[in-house]
Amino acid sequence: MPDTFHFELVSPEKLLFSADVEMVVVPGSEGNFAIMPQHAPTLSTMRPGMLDIQISASENKRIFVRGGFADASPASLTVLAEFALPEDELDRDILKQQIKNAKEDVADAKDDQTRNRAQEHLDHLRVIEEAL
Amino acid sequence: MPSLKDLRTRIASVKATQKITKAMQMVAAAKLRRAQEAAEQARPYAERMEEVIARLGKLLEGRTGAPALVMGTGRDEKHLLIVTTADRGLCGGFNSSIVKLAREHATALMAQGKQVQFMCLGQKGYDSLKYQFQDQILDTRRLGGSKGENFTLARQVGIQLLEMLDSESFDVCTLFYSEFRSIISQIPTTQQLIPVVLPEADDESIRPRAGQAIYEYEPDEDEILNELLPRNIRVQILRAMLENGASEQGARMSAMDSATRNAGEMIDKLTLQYNRARQAIITKELIEIISGAEAV
Repeated sequence: MPDTFHFELVSPEKLLFSADVEMVVVPGSEGNFAIMPQHAPTLSTMRPGMLDIQISASENKRIFVRGGFADASPASLTVLAEFALPEDELDRDILKQQIKNAKEDVADAKDDQTRNRAQEHLDHLRVIEEAL
Repeated sequence: MPSLKDLRTRIASVKATQKITKAMQMVAAAKLRRAQEAAEQARPYAERMEEVIARLGKLLEGRTGAPALVMGTGRDEKHLLIVTTADRGLCGGFNSSIVKLAREHATALMAQGKQVQFMCLGQKGYDSLKYQFQDQILDTRRLGGSKGENFTLARQVGIQLLEMLDSESFDVCTLFYSEFRSIISQIPTTQQLIPVVLPEADDESIRPRAGQAIYEYEPDEDEILNELLPRNIRVQILRAMLENGASEQGARMSAMDSATRNAGEMIDKLTLQYNRARQAIITKELIEIISGAEAV
């Protein structure tokens, strides 16, 4: 069994990450899950949170993502994030902006389902802000 | 033979034109850099999205009740062509080559007895299509140009498409735009949006998966598809607009570059003609003076 798989993280602005990695922890909307090689094909939505990338035993990287999808297959994982930023570039101002956007989403929501989802996003963002 | 004064005015007017084309070229060059960056950075996202959707489509193929956004309505009667062009001209063959592609596509479809309707993103597309297909153009939108405006427009068009699909106003939706390769090469492209074009089974880009396992969805299939599919439409439209934006500036830059060069050549030619004419007048006057002196 191969110990690595190909991982790609893209946001509408650019391709942020593309390399072979050992494990990625994805903040799925139903809870975090780790993707390792030979994962069953899965398609999941994401909540705002940290994407934890284990590149090798000694090297890892954390990237903040908000909204989007993770598409896992046995040989690869593609994360399509609406917004993504490496952890070290993340600061309060950017988070504030994100929270503002999330609030607007809640206000704009037309039906209960979308409003609930937007509200969840907002709550997650607040948690991250507190942790920072 | 034009008089000296005529030549002088012509030279002055060509010089003025040259200044304008030169300025337009420089403006296009400045805009190109930003447009090109935007287009190139948007590419990976749109491509990955297309891959995911294609794989999904492959799995959904043949299933009843598959979402119309992936599989279409299952018919092939009503076609919607989205033609993205620029709002302005003076950019070489950029607009006309996209329109030409769309027109050929439409004529071929109509020859097969299908219904064809247009949606124009960008004023120029409407201007050139209206003579032939006036009644078939549903909607025309001007482009804003800035990033935010593009995004809003893509979103609006996406919503409109979803509504039209719900009311079964079209079966197949095709997008026309110009892919940006380089400043001198922009390729008019056709992309079928709905239904999704399914990759061939032996296509290398679709990675083999053990036993064609069905996807696991989190939280559940409907919710994911409801979010993913409309977003895909938006992303593909936005990408077409960004590619177009870069192509437009590239095309304008090379068109204005050759216009400036042409004007330069013309000025040279006119100046030569002007000098010759001036010389001829001087010679004529000299001859008159000499022959007058000889006659005395």
